[in-house]
Amino acid sequence: MSPVMYWTTTVAKSVYILVFPLTLAFVLAWAERKQSAVMQDRIGANRASVFGRPWLGFVHMVCDAMKMFTKEDFVPETEHRFLHHIAPGIAMFFALLAFAVIPFGNQLTIAGETIGLQVADLNVGILFVFALTSLGVYGLVLGGWSSNNNYALLGAIRASAQMISYEICIGITVIGAIIAFGTLSLQEIVLAQGTHLLAGWLPRWGILLQPLGFLLFFVAGIAETKRVPFDMPEGESEIIGFNLEYSSMKFGLFLFTDFVETVLIAAVTVTFFFGGWQVPWLYETGFAFPWGSTWAIHPNIAALLQMGAFVGKVVFFCWLMMAIRWTLPRFRYDQVMDLGWKWLLPLSLANVVVTALITLW
Amino acid sequence: MATQNTIRVSVRRRAATLSFWEQVYLFEVIRGLWITTHHFVLNLYYHILKLFGIRKTHPLTPTIQYPEECRPLALRLRTLHRLARRDDGRPRCVACMMCETVCPALCIQIVAAAVDDPNIEKRPKSFDIDIGKCVFCGFCVEACPEDAIRMDTGILDIASYSRGGMVLDIDRLLSLNAATERTDKEVDQLQKWLLQ
Ligand code: SF4
Ligand code: SF4
Repeated sequence: MSPVMYWTTTVAKSVYILVFPLTLAFVLAWAERKQSAVMQDRIGANRASVFGRPWLGFVHMVCDAMKMFTKEDFVPETEHRFLHHIAPGIAMFFALLAFAVIPFGNQLTIAGETIGLQVADLNVGILFVFALTSLGVYGLVLGGWSSNNNYALLGAIRASAQMISYEICIGITVIGAIIAFGTLSLQEIVLAQGTHLLAGWLPRWGILLQPLGFLLFFVAGIAETKRVPFDMPEGESEIIGFNLEYSSMKFGLFLFTDFVETVLIAAVTVTFFFGGWQVPWLYETGFAFPWGSTWAIHPNIAALLQMGAFVGKVVFFCWLMMAIRWTLPRFRYDQVMDLGWKWLLPLSLANVVVTALITLW
Repeated sequence: MATQNTIRVSVRRRAATLSFWEQVYLFEVIRGLWITTHHFVLNLYYHILKLFGIRKTHPLTPTIQYPEECRPLALRLRTLHRLARRDDGRPRCVACMMCETVCPALCIQIVAAAVDDPNIEKRPKSFDIDIGKCVFCGFCVEACPEDAIRMDTGILDIASYSRGGMVLDIDRLLSLNAATERTDKEVDQLQKWLLQ
């Protein structure tokens, strides 16, 4: 591959993988208001309007963003002004960076060149993702600590305690998946989910190999996004949380990070347990259905279909996480710790042992 | 001799009422999700129908889009005051000061003036009600011997940028009429006045 081609495709892929979560996060910020409204028999934001129409409440989101950008950026009296300024950026940076290893499609062939649809095909992709989500908590901790406010600090400490508790569970659950697929590369994991079980009727997705693993991973993943019911770091009704001293767009960035993390957890869940970009029975050259019929399509169109499938699956999981957020009441702090250490951790350990035994046997 | 009644209170421990499957929580989560998703899907269905104009109303959403729509008011609801007129157009009020006296919030200020008509004797020269102080008790209406002050205008959204703006003078009070006898045009004018 020529250097020009290499750089253009890399930049294009990077832009895609940046624009995708940011757009989806914006949509989620909108869905936060509208979906909750529809779930609760309300109507939701419909007053701000352009050309006499509220455009399904999207105008509200634009107004909100404008408000965030034009509000006073209050900085508390603190010796750590620099850290206070960069903390939201740190949180956002790591959340977005983790998308680099998420495969969003198989491969496109353009002008005789094969382009893998993943920004960086690291052979330790899984570790990369979890390293970055762990680092993301530094944004919160630094933000809470540099705010020179005890409540913010308390939120930050809660954030780190919660992240540690649930990252252990995530890590151990993922070991189960690694054993099942035998690889650490995310693209290979997705490729391994392209085959079928039961004489070709059932796609061999991770959820069938690791049903308990999926459940544990998803619960811990929701805890990682630190939204209700696991909103200990924020704890709006009790301590207001790590972002207490933040205002204007820096506060908005923290808020937005939660949405980006929701998209990230949805993307990782899809990659591990729901076949990533795989569409059932769609192979590189077209569909081959278990009842014997085939439908040949151009490989590039198949790749685009798969990219669409990935987006669709991620959107579904974002919806599910949003539905959970608006259904469950928040846990108490001790319940969060209980769930993490007394339930998820032993269960994920058991999951690993059982998976290992089955694989060996 | 007063008899003493004993009240028996049964104490039930809450934790014991949760069954095992409820304590596992996962199934309860799924049950909760089922309820909210059920609402979500049904509501979405009706929202889409409404968006494309197939249905005019949304049967499941009880939202009233105030100020465009208002909830119907009961006829006897106490709303903003008005001063009624006689058939010849003069105010019914005879400045007897009953309302001013009975008002617990001391928000009525009346200045009386003499009239030639021996049946009436007095008329209000000025009649101010400070709505900002009024507690909407309706005593003034009950005290009035002439049925001159009434609270049937159906106006509830009373707001102003200043305290002074909350004081209604006699002209304003006389210009209002009952909600039941208002024409569409008057409703429009009222809206304009309320929104200014
Ligand atoms: S409603 Fe009550 S408080 Fe208001 S003016 Fe009449 S008597 Fe006074
Ligand atoms: S009680 Fe009636 S008649 Fe007497 S001053 Fe008040 S409004 Fe006028």
